[in-house]
Amino acid sequence: MPSVPASSSETAAPAWRVVGTRPVRPDGVDKVTGRALYGADLSLPGMLTGRVLRSPLAHARIKKIDTSAARALPGVRAVVTSADLPRAADRIEDLGEGAINLRYLSDNLLAGEKVLYHGHAIAAVAATSASIAEQALALIRVDYEPLAPVMTVTEALKPDAPLLLADLHTDRMGQRDAAPSNVASHLRHERGKLEEGFRKAALIIDRRFRTETVHQGYIEPQAATAQVQADGQVTIWSSTQGIFAVRSQVAEVLGLPVSQIKVVPTEIGGGFGGKISVYLEPLAVLLSRHAGFLPVRLVMSRTEVLTSTGPTSGSDIRIRIGADAEGRLTAMQAELYYEAGAYPGSPVGAAAVVSFAPYACDTMRVDGYDVVVNRPRASAYRAPGGTNVAFAVESVIDELAESLDLDPIEMRLINAVREGDRRPDNLPLSKIGYVECLQALRQSDHYRTPLTGRHRGRGVACGYWGNWGGQSSATAVLNSDGSVGFNVASTDIGGSRASLAMQLAESLGIDYSQVKPRIGDTDSVSYNDVTGGSRTTFATGWAAYELGQKLSAELRQRLALLWEVPVDTVTRQGDGFAAGEKRVGFAEAARLACEDAPLMVSTTVHPKGYGAAFSVQCADVEVDPDTGKVTVLRYTIVQDAGKAVHPSYVEGQMQGGVAQGIGWALNEEYVYNEKGELLNGSLLDYRMPTACDLPMIDTVIVEVPNPGHPYGVRGVGEVNIIPPAGTLANAIHRATGVRLTALPMSPPRVLAALWDKSGYSPFA
Amino acid sequence: MQAFDYHPVSTVNEALALLAREGAGARLLNGGTDLLAQLKEGRRSANHVIDIKRIPELSEVRELQDGGIWLGAAVTCRTLSHHAVWRERFPGLHDATHLIGGVQIQGRATVVGNLCNASPAADSIPALIVHRVQVCIAGPSGLRRVPVEGFCTAPGRTVLLPGEVVVALEVPPPPAEFGAAYLRFIPRNEMDIAVAGAAVAVELGGEGSRFQSVRVALGAVGPTPLAVDAIGARLAGRPVAEVSLDEIASLARAAARPISDLRGTLAQRRHLAGVLTVRALRVAIDRARRSVTPPPLSPPL
Repeated sequence: MPSVPASSSETAAPAWRVVGTRPVRPDGVDKVTGRALYGADLSLPGMLTGRVLRSPLAHARIKKIDTSAARALPGVRAVVTSADLPRAADRIEDLGEGAINLRYLSDNLLAGEKVLYHGHAIAAVAATSASIAEQALALIRVDYEPLAPVMTVTEALKPDAPLLLADLHTDRMGQRDAAPSNVASHLRHERGKLEEGFRKAALIIDRRFRTETVHQGYIEPQAATAQVQADGQVTIWSSTQGIFAVRSQVAEVLGLPVSQIKVVPTEIGGGFGGKISVYLEPLAVLLSRHAGFLPVRLVMSRTEVLTSTGPTSGSDIRIRIGADAEGRLTAMQAELYYEAGAYPGSPVGAAAVVSFAPYACDTMRVDGYDVVVNRPRASAYRAPGGTNVAFAVESVIDELAESLDLDPIEMRLINAVREGDRRPDNLPLSKIGYVECLQALRQSDHYRTPLTGRHRGRGVACGYWGNWGGQSSATAVLNSDGSVGFNVASTDIGGSRASLAMQLAESLGIDYSQVKPRIGDTDSVSYNDVTGGSRTTFATGWAAYELGQKLSAELRQRLALLWEVPVDTVTRQGDGFAAGEKRVGFAEAARLACEDAPLMVSTTVHPKGYGAAFSVQCADVEVDPDTGKVTVLRYTIVQDAGKAVHPSYVEGQMQGGVAQGIGWALNEEYVYNEKGELLNGSLLDYRMPTACDLPMIDTVIVEVPNPGHPYGVRGVGEVNIIPPAGTLANAIHRATGVRLTALPMSPPRVLAALWDKSGYSPFA
Repeated sequence: MQAFDYHPVSTVNEALALLAREGAGARLLNGGTDLLAQLKEGRRSANHVIDIKRIPELSEVRELQDGGIWLGAAVTCRTLSHHAVWRERFPGLHDATHLIGGVQIQGRATVVGNLCNASPAADSIPALIVHRVQVCIAGPSGLRRVPVEGFCTAPGRTVLLPGEVVVALEVPPPPAEFGAAYLRFIPRNEMDIAVAGAAVAVELGGEGSRFQSVRVALGAVGPTPLAVDAIGARLAGRPVAEVSLDEIASLARAAARPISDLRGTLAQRRHLAGVLTVRALRVAIDRARRSVTPPPLSPPL
């Protein structure tokens, strides 16, 4: 692990030249003028259009697939089914933000023996036009044996529930159950004596919660193009969070060596964790290979995105917390049942860590269950698993605070974790800024301004996210004019070209405008983990920092040779270098240094000192008692960024997480009928918030530097989505006197809760 | 999307001739905001698409001598949003046509298209009902008129016979002391289909103190938009000050025949029928009492 320079290790804020400023992003002009090329924009000579046949049934055995009529249609160049996939190994692969069994990944790409959800891919077609491809899909005959769908945790846990996967046995911390089950795994974190803790409590709140399946809602549908050459070389163009993750998944699923695959990134229109797993890329490769090596492009429709790509889990949650009369927590218990979709791999593990992480309590037990149901396979979604459990925990904490007549911030301060305290999984926390966030909210204009008016309420909630480091590589090429070409392979999904170039500029002591970042393909830059886990500005930022240090050292070496002085006499001075009487600006140093040989440096890092992130949020809402509609009047998010490299983009991340969290809390949900068909597979009926539904989201950046990063950076992308649902639930409670225990807190649910309290019936 | 022949016609007779020739395989294209989506999603099919937008008179908004309006079938919501007479004299219709879609949809979508699509949740239809609008239909045997409340027969179905085209709507002149409003409920503030909607038109007398007549229509709470005659019968001739809003809400709920679906629940819709009727009634009374003042743009819920 790289060493940390002294300058960042303590609280005295260092004066950076570039870090902390707000320059224009390098990709900005292309994006605002519409020139940026996204996945669906790619066009190659001879390119074929691909389409995917998807299951209309939620659960069925596939008896037979007849593609002969489709193959015979003029203009159809290839038809592929699971029969064209090699038998995948039964092996777990970690793709960042969640591991997956490759056999399940393969079955998810093209259904083999069974279809496991409405929208499950069955076959893919490549044709000379979209309409021919669509006609071909209609000609594929699939004989199904329909099976009863299993849509929820409750249904999946019934003793006589149909089994989705015949070979799935519950894994209980390494022990495998004898009988097959829809429960893939059960994990437990425990410390202290639980019932003893509850006996010490003056008050115990025990509540059950339900949250629905929600989708990331990235604006750009999945798109992939592949070209296989006659010599077997494969090129894939993909809109993805990780080109190396695409390469490894395609290699594993298709049985190809990674050296045979090149993945070229396009610009990406959002991902939020949903563009890590592959859906289209292997199909495009198979189709190109079967279609006489013509390139094949596949682009999903919005309906396909919603039915067939990974949303995040719905969940059933029980939370039981005890507190003494002063508000100190004596015992905490959580039971988390997360719906994984068709294959194991819900984020219940992360949820179990998030659950009670903000609370210092010696006595807790967290049980997590990963449950398969006939819904699309869950993918990562921004702080995967966190929002569900925090909605439940923060609701119970709020109820305790209210019952004990404690201010909700005070309640959290009394129990706040500090450096050295342990998470539910007993990992100790390093330096964190949680208390600072709570204090910043308490001192904010928002919190200090009393809320007045009928049917209005204010809610507070907090959240923890552990963040991630992962592996990154980068190279820097010094140009003779003193500018620096900066090659990375981390997908830029939220302004990281800017935040990385800024760190290189800072490290090298040059202007941001002199650094030219570029996102390379898998053949041009060494390995990078996915852009996910809030890692890129932290970990690839480490690489940028190291490049600056290395380049600076190399320049001093070369100047020392030129000037015939010992290298340690060459020092940085102003924007350039000096040794004794000799003095050059950076551009001149670059020209001199490159006269004899070009100068390029590279680095690979795997930093482990990623600091945890906390966010504390506050919302004012107004609830229309006649319609149940919740209007968010005012919203403030406080978040510890460690050091905000580019404050505007940090604020954007904070606001974006809150916007998604508000959607999740108030209206978003997958609506299925009794047959397991998704009814609202469009952005008309999958109700994400529009700009008209959101208030200005005020941001307060707290900066408690992360000692594990040269500039104190912590990941900022994810923790912001954890508190909104709890924040709004608590605000709705204060506005109406009713506690909503299910997401989304949509108008019919709010009305039903109000009617429960008042005794009103619309049928009276 | 299926391939089809596209026919941009320039007269109603041309459209009628094509419909007669191509029969069930032909579809009329107006703004296209419903038809094109339905064709793309495979919910409808068409071998021939007859575009009526280029028939000049169908894009006309004619102000009639009696103060009424003749509204050509191809007039867009956007045109009406900027039409001063529409906005000032037909406030319930203005509410409805103004809130259909964002600017881009407004620029294509037509009132007649919204009517002919015959969605139970169509925003324009309850307002057309309370404004007593007549539908002008051209067909092989000439022109006929049908009152709007009798036009829709089931979700997606109308009284139109094969070969017929709706060419215009006739909006009668509003009486003195007239006010109207349309309100809908959607969970978001934009980009949604009504969970329930209510239009109310009132004609007051005695300087705004008495109901002369009241018309109420509900949307999205039955297989077609519903005219609620019971409320008009209850209120006609009565002093405004004596109205029990609870009673009105209760009558509206009783008239609603909703279902639960992906957009809302039965109980929610039944309840909203009452809430929205009362709210729209209040706005309509207010507008009638200040009948020379133009109403605001679509009022927020």
